[in-house]
Amino acid sequence: MKDLIFLFSTTLMYSTPLIFTALGGVLSEKTGIINIGLEGMMTMGAFIASLAALKSGNPWIGLIAGGIGGLTLAILHALASIKYKANQVVSGMAINFLGSGIAIFMCRLFFEGTSMTPPLELDKKIPAFFGQYATVYLAFFLTALVWFVLTKTVLGLRMVSAGEHPKSTDAAGLNVSIYRSIGVLASGFLAGLGGASLSIAIVSNFRPTLISGQGFIAIAALIFGKWRPVQTALACLFFGLSQALVIFLGGRENIQISSQLLSILPYVLTIIVLVGFMGKTTAPSALGE
Amino acid sequence: MKKFLLSLMCVISGLLFGALILKLSGIPAFEAYNIMWNGAFSKPNYIAYIIIRSTPLILTGLSVAFAFRTGLFNIGSEGQFIMGALTAAYFGFIFHFNPWIQIPLVLGISVMVSSLYGGLAGFMKARFGVHEVISTIMLNWIALYFSNYMVMLEGFHKANTETSEFIQPSTSITFLENWKNSDAGTEWFSHHEFLSEFFRPPVNAGIFIAIIAVLFVWIILTKTSFGFKLKAVGQSLEAARYAGINVNKKMTQSMMIAGGLSGLAGATHVMGVSKNVAILAAHEGYGFDGIAVSLIGSNSPFGAAIAGFFLGALKYSGQKIQSALEAPSEVISIMIGAIIFFIAIPIVFEKLINNFHKLWEKK
Repeated sequence: MKDLIFLFSTTLMYSTPLIFTALGGVLSEKTGIINIGLEGMMTMGAFIASLAALKSGNPWIGLIAGGIGGLTLAILHALASIKYKANQVVSGMAINFLGSGIAIFMCRLFFEGTSMTPPLELDKKIPAFFGQYATVYLAFFLTALVWFVLTKTVLGLRMVSAGEHPKSTDAAGLNVSIYRSIGVLASGFLAGLGGASLSIAIVSNFRPTLISGQGFIAIAALIFGKWRPVQTALACLFFGLSQALVIFLGGRENIQISSQLLSILPYVLTIIVLVGFMGKTTAPSALGE
Repeated sequence: MKKFLLSLMCVISGLLFGALILKLSGIPAFEAYNIMWNGAFSKPNYIAYIIIRSTPLILTGLSVAFAFRTGLFNIGSEGQFIMGALTAAYFGFIFHFNPWIQIPLVLGISVMVSSLYGGLAGFMKARFGVHEVISTIMLNWIALYFSNYMVMLEGFHKANTETSEFIQPSTSITFLENWKNSDAGTEWFSHHEFLSEFFRPPVNAGIFIAIIAVLFVWIILTKTSFGFKLKAVGQSLEAARYAGINVNKKMTQSMMIAGGLSGLAGATHVMGVSKNVAILAAHEGYGFDGIAVSLIGSNSPFGAAIAGFFLGALKYSGQKIQSALEAPSEVISIMIGAIIFFIAIPIVFEKLINNFHKLWEKK
């Protein structure tokens, strides 16, 4: 029982940053804009959150600041891909280089040349309730919220139609650019929260290797989840579970599996699932145009 | 030519943006660039280091560019690099042939393994419709952990370290490796200052392999019907299929070649510079930098060569402002990001050129 609880809570913990970020990805891609820059936005969010939490002494200010950090990069991505009709993949890659570059650059300026922020005191981190950080609950709340917005509200339906049929949306007198901008900006904010949930909750500081690929895993999760918020969150939980399994099994004396081989498991499973059960992908039809 | 001008404008704008960032952070920008320039070209050993740095970047850039031409986004260059490096380190250690057999053999196996690894992503896309972006992201991590597993394997692992055993001397492609430090070598180099400095870093045959690869890709893309078909698939999948091209096969083949090129980058890196592979905590970024190289070089083979050299120089000289000015060397990443960002929005620069033209005509 104790083991199960451990596994369960570790899963939740590792899924959270992915859920925030992947939900952001859903919002952007549903409106038709590929966002491969999530990784950079997460890195930026993680640093800004850590910085703001340190300076203000309030983790909530840190969390919001992290979101805004991601948002600033999203403004660039929106400008390029919506206003200047950029190749969205290229612009997203630029965001990745900019995100990690700016975050570490600023870190060195603020913290005497080091690429790590000093650790937050325990009581200055995001508080935990019932053994889970508040960000975990927030992630699930946001999953429901994104689902609700995209399927039940006028705003969400318009965002989706901007991603599916931009021409007819335009013909219906709606401004496609505005709905797409909302999607991209929201994705930046959420990816920023995702980064923050790492740097000021799961661990207590920012460092260059903190994000290392999680933004890309979030993209994988959203394709896995077929661009639907709830399925995407489940895909994130799957990745979280496999990470938790690595830690869980790695810590046992009686099970002799190389932790390196174990770490491969989630990625192999993902490929198997994609090959075997995925069927035809259902990307928004105007994605990337 | 127009593409080259556009890339050049983006590069210049990116460098200016970097200067602006430095200026805003209270770091003398002009001095920083001066230090970078001198730190890159003022001594023969600096140039040697840049060549060494550029070699893998040219090859991974070529790999990404090749896949791009077939309409595939090879984020998997990173993993293919690791597979190439690991294979070279492993067989370079266990084989004991003379160099004339050993080197081509180890290179060949490394390219084969990484090309199969890259081809896997192409095959999964062609056969099962799995998007190559997601499959290659997965394959990158699989390669990383697999490599870490292999490094720790009994018989390959170097005791009390985080690395594998060194490759046999017969696998090395470093120039004058032993002679450099022999009595005769020291004696000879003491009379040839320029060459002595140039050969101090591990200068190796990798750059020649990279140049051959550039020519190879250029010939495939421009001189063969195979390359023509690949480009047709990249430009319009449906049109290519209608024209009777086996689109699925072409995707797999394209990714195989791309994988082989990235693997070559890893193999030459091991055989020329590092001589072994180490446990990796995170990706080293050769593949991701390859994406930058490909984009800056507008996805052409010669473009990748120039851009690879440029990025190598930038990355090498960027370290020097950290020690001299205490300026964060990450400004280099910001510059690269800015350059790619400008490349993403060609409309802005085309407008600029047009306006300039109009102004010119009015005069």
